[in-house]
Amino acid sequence: MTGYQTGRQTGSQSSSGLLDRHIAFLEALRAAGLSVSLAEDLDAVAALSAVQWGSRQTVQAAYAATLVKKQSQRPTFDALFDLWFPRMVGSGAGAAGTGAAEATGDGPDAAGQEFSVRDGADALRDFRERLAEALAADDQQALADLAAEMVATFGAMPGRGPGLSSWSAYTALQRVSPGELVDQLVAGLLAEGRTDEEAERTAGRRIGAFTHRVEDDARRRIAEEKGPEHVANVALRPSIDRLDFLSARRSDLEEMRREIYPLARRLATRLTKEHHAQRRGPLDFRRTVRASVSTGGVPLTTHHKPKRPHRTELVVLCDVSGSVANFAQFTLLLVFALRDHFQKVRAFTFIDHVHEVTHHFKPGADVVDVMTDLAASTSHAALWGRTNYGRAITKLAENHADALGPKSSLLVLGDARSNYSDLALDTLSELVGGIRHAWWLNPEHRRHWDNGDSAASRYGAVVPMVECRNLTQLGEFVHDIL
Amino acid sequence: MTTADWFSSPDDATERLAATGYLADPATATTAYLAGALEKPLLVEGPAGVGKTELAKAVARASGAELVRLQCYEGLDEARALYEWNYKKQLLRIQATQATGDAATWDETHDDIFTDEFLLTRPLLTAIRREEPTVLLIDEVDKTDVEVEGLLLEVLSDFQVTIPELGTVAAVRRPFVVLTSNATRELSEAVKRRCLYLHLDYPDAEREREIVSSQVPDLEERVAGQLVTTVARLRELELKKAPSIAESVDWARTLIALEIRDLDDKAIADTLGVVLKHASDHDRAVRELRLRR
Repeated sequence: MTGYQTGRQTGSQSSSGLLDRHIAFLEALRAAGLSVSLAEDLDAVAALSAVQWGSRQTVQAAYAATLVKKQSQRPTFDALFDLWFPRMVGSGAGAAGTGAAEATGDGPDAAGQEFSVRDGADALRDFRERLAEALAADDQQALADLAAEMVATFGAMPGRGPGLSSWSAYTALQRVSPGELVDQLVAGLLAEGRTDEEAERTAGRRIGAFTHRVEDDARRRIAEEKGPEHVANVALRPSIDRLDFLSARRSDLEEMRREIYPLARRLATRLTKEHHAQRRGPLDFRRTVRASVSTGGVPLTTHHKPKRPHRTELVVLCDVSGSVANFAQFTLLLVFALRDHFQKVRAFTFIDHVHEVTHHFKPGADVVDVMTDLAASTSHAALWGRTNYGRAITKLAENHADALGPKSSLLVLGDARSNYSDLALDTLSELVGGIRHAWWLNPEHRRHWDNGDSAASRYGAVVPMVECRNLTQLGEFVHDIL
Repeated sequence: MTTADWFSSPDDATERLAATGYLADPATATTAYLAGALEKPLLVEGPAGVGKTELAKAVARASGAELVRLQCYEGLDEARALYEWNYKKQLLRIQATQATGDAATWDETHDDIFTDEFLLTRPLLTAIRREEPTVLLIDEVDKTDVEVEGLLLEVLSDFQVTIPELGTVAAVRRPFVVLTSNATRELSEAVKRRCLYLHLDYPDAEREREIVSSQVPDLEERVAGQLVTTVARLRELELKKAPSIAESVDWARTLIALEIRDLDDKAIADTLGVVLKHASDHDRAVRELRLRR
């Protein structure tokens, strides 16, 4: 087999450190949660020996084709690839060309003094002009070079000796503050004929992407100094389906929202398949015997009663206060995307007062509109604005008793932090006693339950409580209750 | 076993694919080259309409190979994917033997009716037995049941099929295998492990303009630019289904058919139905891009 042969060939070159780096890279991928098997390792080596190493892009494509088998893992792979196979070393060979205007010598050994000279007000103004140009043109190559230059010039933290100097993306970003270029960028985009919101969104995205580049470049520099293993743990963010709802940034939330429909579709496919597999109901004795007459009384084929599909009537009660609001919105969106699998879905939001939001989820409605409507209706759910689970539960029992019949199931979403108020445990257990099922999804890590004002275990005693921190857990849960 | 030379280098792949009208980006070209060089199946994932199936066809055209296609669907089974015994013909054969009167022994008849003559080959077996260069396209593999994946394992890793009555049929010449998936279902680790993986996404503006221009040469350069910019703007919106390359090309054809020379707001609003297929997406685009004021 070709894989083993090439594996041996590369083995003999291990003195160059290439194999060591390859192994270390694979180890890092495994540590980051990619399941890279030995077979894929050998494939990667075979792929590398089949391509030219002249272009970094080709090497990356070869590694990606053999090692990454899920698109959601691609960002993790790219981040690690950047660390182990950096785009350039130091300020790169091209730095002399791009920075020739204001810089003379630029050796990494003479770093300290060089940077303090270059980092002046003039340099800053000049740099910001060039950055604004590149951002307006959305020139990826220029932006990558500028990010490297920015870290080198404005993010250097000279150390006392060789190997002690470091780079800080934070310092660089503070100095240059690309965020202030937004207005300029928006004006440019408007001139191109974009609408207001669109221009703002595009500008925000470009600036965000550039900030990421700067952070990546600082990491590359640190990795160069201290070894990639040192940085790998800090550098990685969990992939989007494993990212905690509570620690998501705004850009992550947008990405998560895009994931909702594909997730719902995957779940629906899986459910339909599973339901088909178990479509055969109990034996229809009468039909089987009747059919057996034609084969002389031997029941060659058995007939079965069709299975009656069971559909849940779901009532969702969600806490929409502050930090857990995102989690509630995601769950609501997912539940409504899967509404075909439920008999009926009703949704209520609360902070300290219960408000019904079912009408916002029209079939085929636009996700963004629904989100906006939900956000707007939050004000109806609050009288005083302090989360009060006890009051919400009491109000639900008083005002919406019709929603909770013996056929319905209750799904509570929230962190069970009730500001030390009355928990209304009796009302809740009464409610739960009269319905089919009840679950509680808590977006907090299990270790935070019962800290501070969390009443997780006390509510958990009445309603089974499940930890649900990311899209994967959410998908699993929704699949199980259907 | 003879090994076919599919592409000699990533650049060669880019050139030869481009000659057939498929403009591949560097990652696609590299992966296509690797799939040929390592003789491994290639699993292509991505949203609908970005040219997954087209890639397989382009590889076939570029290398002068024949395309054997297996379209997957729920309920696909061995008999439709691999092979089937032509039992009607077998029955005829047995009856014919009986009619002529020579009492053939059981063994003879048995050996006789399980031969090549009575075998109906389905796409997977066809692709393996072909001696000429072959591209095997297993389309929408995520639509099948999990059992079919098990069936694919033997074909994908060893390029052989075991038929109990005939023995193992090994590939004379390894086909270039392309599997496509829309990721409605997570494929099993076992299948993924045997494949090279490629995620195709929407192309950048420059490449998309090239694709549109090459597919619809009649379109003016300026209108093509406007079209690609508009499609890029649409993709930035949060839509249920973002327009894909196939839809950009359709749009370009629509503009030619309607003889629209300038893609202004009115023209966009009038023809938006070609690219957006949901009513809510349509409303959203009109509102966000301020098409009707």
